Amino acid sequence: MTTEVGSEAEVKKEAEKLEPDTAKEKPEEASESLENQKTEETEETQDSSSSPVPTSQSSPTSRKERDPSEGKGISRFLPPWLKKQKSYSIAEPKDEAKKKAEGDEHVEECERQLPEEVAELKGEAAAENHQTKTDDKEEEKHSVSSAETQPAKEDSKEIEVEKVTEEPEEKLEEETGKRETKEVQTTEIKMEKAPQKAPKKIKTVQCKVMLLDGTEYSCDLEKRAKGQVLFDRVCEHLNLLEKDYFGLLFYENSDQKNWLDSSKEIKRQIRNFPWLFTFHVKFYPPDPSQLTEDITRYFLCLQLRQDIVSGRLPCSFVTHALLGSYTLQAELGDYDPEEHNSDYISEFQFAPNQTKEMEDKVVELHKTHRGLTPAQADSQFLENAKRLSMYGVDLHHAKDSEGVDIMLGVCANGLLIYKDRLRINRFAWPKILKISYKRSNFYIKVRPAELEQFESTIGFKLPNHRAAKRLWKVCVEHHTFFRLISPEQPAKGKFLTLGSKFRYSGRTQAQTRQASNLIDRPAPYFERTSSKRISRSLDGAPVGITDQSLLRDLSATAAGPTGDEAAVLAKLKNGESREEDGSPIKSPPLELTQDGKKVGPRAEGPCSGARDADKSSHETLSVVEEKKRAEVGIEETVVINEINEGKIQVAIDGGEPCKVEQLSKKDSSSTSSESSSSSESEDEEVGEYQPYHRVTEDVIREEKEGNEDAKEVEGYTAKVVQCVESVIEGSKEKVSIGHAQVAEESLVEGNAVSGTPEEKSFTEEAKQDLREEREEEQLKINGDLSHIGIDVKPQIICCSEPPVVKTEMVTISDATQRTEISTKEVPIVQTETKTITYESPQLDGSAGGDAGVLLSAQTITSESVSTTTTTHITKTVKGGVSETRIEKRIVITGDADIDHDQALAQAIKEAKEQHPDMSVTRVVVHKETELAEEDEG
Amino acid sequence: RQGAAHHAVVRALPESVCQQALRVEKGGAVDFARAEREHQLYVGVLRHKLGLQVLELPADESLPDCVFVEDAAVVCEETALLTRPGAPSRRKEVTEAMKIALESLNLNVVEMTDENATLDGGDVLFTGREFFVGLSKRTNQRGAEILADTFKDYAVSTVPVHDSLHLKSFCSMAGPNLIAIGSSEGAQKALKTMQQMSDHRYDKLTIPDDAAANCLYLNIPNKGHVLLHRAPEEYPESAKVFEKLKDHMLIPIANIELQKVDGALTCCCILINKTSEL
Repeated sequence: MTTEVGSEAEVKKEAEKLEPDTAKEKPEEASESLENQKTEETEETQDSSSSPVPTSQSSPTSRKERDPSEGKGISRFLPPWLKKQKSYSIAEPKDEAKKKAEGDEHVEECERQLPEEVAELKGEAAAENHQTKTDDKEEEKHSVSSAETQPAKEDSKEIEVEKVTEEPEEKLEEETGKRETKEVQTTEIKMEKAPQKAPKKIKTVQCKVMLLDGTEYSCDLEKRAKGQVLFDRVCEHLNLLEKDYFGLLFYENSDQKNWLDSSKEIKRQIRNFPWLFTFHVKFYPPDPSQLTEDITRYFLCLQLRQDIVSGRLPCSFVTHALLGSYTLQAELGDYDPEEHNSDYISEFQFAPNQTKEMEDKVVELHKTHRGLTPAQADSQFLENAKRLSMYGVDLHHAKDSEGVDIMLGVCANGLLIYKDRLRINRFAWPKILKISYKRSNFYIKVRPAELEQFESTIGFKLPNHRAAKRLWKVCVEHHTFFRLISPEQPAKGKFLTLGSKFRYSGRTQAQTRQASNLIDRPAPYFERTSSKRISRSLDGAPVGITDQSLLRDLSATAAGPTGDEAAVLAKLKNGESREEDGSPIKSPPLELTQDGKKVGPRAEGPCSGARDADKSSHETLSVVEEKKRAEVGIEETVVINEINEGKIQVAIDGGEPCKVEQLSKKDSSSTSSESSSSSESEDEEVGEYQPYHRVTEDVIREEKEGNEDAKEVEGYTAKVVQCVESVIEGSKEKVSIGHAQVAEESLVEGNAVSGTPEEKSFTEEAKQDLREEREEEQLKINGDLSHIGIDVKPQIICCSEPPVVKTEMVTISDATQRTEISTKEVPIVQTETKTITYESPQLDGSAGGDAGVLLSAQTITSESVSTTTTTHITKTVKGGVSETRIEKRIVITGDADIDHDQALAQAIKEAKEQHPDMSVTRVVVHKETELAEEDEG
Repeated sequence: RQGAAHHAVVRALPESVCQQALRVEKGGAVDFARAEREHQLYVGVLRHKLGLQVLELPADESLPDCVFVEDAAVVCEETALLTRPGAPSRRKEVTEAMKIALESLNLNVVEMTDENATLDGGDVLFTGREFFVGLSKRTNQRGAEILADTFKDYAVSTVPVHDSLHLKSFCSMAGPNLIAIGSSEGAQKALKTMQQMSDHRYDKLTIPDDAAANCLYLNIPNKGHVLLHRAPEEYPESAKVFEKLKDHMLIPIANIELQKVDGALTCCCILINKTSEL
């Protein structure tokens, strides 16, 4: 079940196409083994399946014949078009299906094969079997694989559902999902027969995506696929390159829309089957004329038309008419009195409540647009739409502190507060210091107003915790997208694993613009057909069956207070009508894909962004996400310096090796995307984000708010300064990990750590040798911090000068081998502070006072219930060598029951995992305890 | 375009304005003859100097404040919102006559029927990009909501007004993107609020006297920026500030008498810009 096998099958199939006879043998084998497998596994349940197969196994047709019989009975009587309405190529003869280079979009053609045709398809069917047998899991192959293989995939999915028992829950989900849709969806019926096919463990799930033009795109995805996979496919299907403005939405319950996070597995985000998404504009560009491609503007237009018709984007009568007239011009061209009779207009929908008067006005205006090309008409449309006050405003229901119903609107410029239709307040991004949520409360901390001295925090009550989190995420994303040059770095690693973490990981507007500048392809052709009004096209479309379930789902879940349902309905129906018309937007994706690939890297990496962040610009934001209060006062600090070569395996031996073991286990589980993402989507009670600009050049220039004389308008010119730095080999990364604890437990742990005698002596030695150096360095580190922190944040906890009663320093020099960290036991009386430093000998001037040229500095703070993690990353150039230093401080505060060693070990492990190319050069453990009671000696 | 206008609606002043017009604070008696002269001068400028089509409604003695037509209707582009004035004695100013006049100009007339709503046009500042509505003794939230519902294309932000009768008692548009603002604390505070609420950046023109900060800006074909402002005799310091506006055609207008009953320059007309043939 590896992808290689899959691809092999692919190749074979190709060969078969060319030379069906020669290839025959293999398919036979395949089907044979398939047969065997089947009989083994399906005997009890599938009696019927064997009966229709009296003939030889070597005949692939046997399988084909079974298909219908196995189906839900009726399915075999269904005409092909009914089985597979969504398919664009319904009318195509079978043979063409074979040729399909563009087979990727369709998937289920094979479903439509009637038994009589099967004979011709021997080779293919065999191939299919073969493929099924081997493996069809490979997502990536999807586009390559033939249409015929698709059903096999579906089959395997089904089998998975029926037979795999490891995931009872999911099974249930899937089955219920199936049940819901069964009555109406013939596609589901087809699935019913699946159990008889090869039992595959490869789990694929069908995804359906409602596109902006009302059509539906569907594909099978590996069950574990990340959001990005689906999104990329959709964009490829759409031939869309400037895709960062868009996203995929799914609905929870009825009205809660959620953005699919590209960086996470889909199944961790969407709980219900079927997987149903809508393609949607996520970030409305404030100036659409700056988009590079017409096709992008076209999709934005489609979105806006939808927004308008649904009432989400309110506009006046005249604006409705004007926008409508541009729509007509774009889709129909110049007004033609002969062609455009009195009726033509009512095919279109321009407004939630369209009147004859409005239609007349639209026609009147349409006549005045003579000569505008579709692209020009779209541009005009956008120029007018972008001025609407609700353009690009994402509204969320909330209550203010007094329980009054308000709406919070997130947009490119900041956060808007509405009461009914009135704007009652506005917080531009530069005014906001921190955005956070806690349970169902959402908070913003704003800069002090001109004459005030103190920051204020404003709280809003959201309907529930999830709503609060959704709002928070939308804010984080909008801020990052519109205000920053590049997303924050934490995405690159897992610095903040200890706390909840969400970050926008895609490209920012600045980046996507940069990338778009590199787009070099002839303007892609696309067909405009979308705003047709539904009603007309509905009649007599048997096509509707599948889509009705979709309709139900979607309309039930349509967002927005007004008329959205109707709008979505309208859209869906549009889709049907389009199918009927047989004019789907189909674009040759090949060229595009290539272009896309070329563009990606040039433009600072793929838009997933998460992985490639390191080479691009540094980030400017400080992000804080916290689980909760962090009472400082007692802390423990670990500083890890990482040097390239010195592969220190720093492991903390808390006296009991098993502990470490445990640790790593826990660690791995927590770092696995599954658990982390699920915890994120479900469990996070709080999140914080600080649009706090440390390095000013990185921030797209702030609009100055308030007090300066308004005559001196600076405008919005963005000063885009990017410090791009190439990290040379041998760069250093320094991680300081802070680690703090409150209770006496810490002491106990400390003592436990200090276990073995050799270690003790070693540490003694080290102490003597290096103590002063250590101290000095410690100071310097703090010095670094202060000079690095261009904005000094209160959150940065300096551990250098604790109210020491007793300090212990231990230094271990050992860069290359696993170091057992131990601490000398101290006869503690009332321990306040303890500092342990581990340091790699290669540590050269990294902690030295000579700062070199500071290229960038950033501090990231994350907090969880008991820990605060401050990550400080600095990049400097010293003597031509650039150096990246990462210092991570973890302050653990809290109750006695925290396992500090575990936390420490995990922190170190994470640091290493996050920066495999760097090494830990220094670990400082600094413990402070409240006046502890007694300590074991 | 901000300030573009082809038509203006004005109303003659009744003699009752002298005795019965509402006023914030007691002051000198209104000299009716002089008030009338000033008003005629004002209308004359609009009609003759600027070439506007002026629609003049007759005075109504039972409506002492009827000369202040601004409060009765808010017109933006092709839509006119007939208000529900905050002062009960003024409700009848929004009469059939006014409605008919506006309809005769092919405007979509919207009436504010909600009995909980009050809105004086003097509290409505349209900047060309958005509305600010002063929440004052005369205008309430509901009134502002209805205005927002009427002019859906635009953001409508509310601005608390405490010390003055209306929002426009201390501010007005003095040019495209240019807000004339009084110097008083209340005025400055309101400006801050407006700046915070807006996505746009406005230029500001700070005028020493609040009352003088109410000026009337028009953009007239072949004349460009035209600004009617209070005469130097009334507000010499403020006049000097206006005189710095080099691009504007400045027309000083005295408004001594009507000011006694809280009248300002913008109060006495409704400007209408008929864009299309609608």
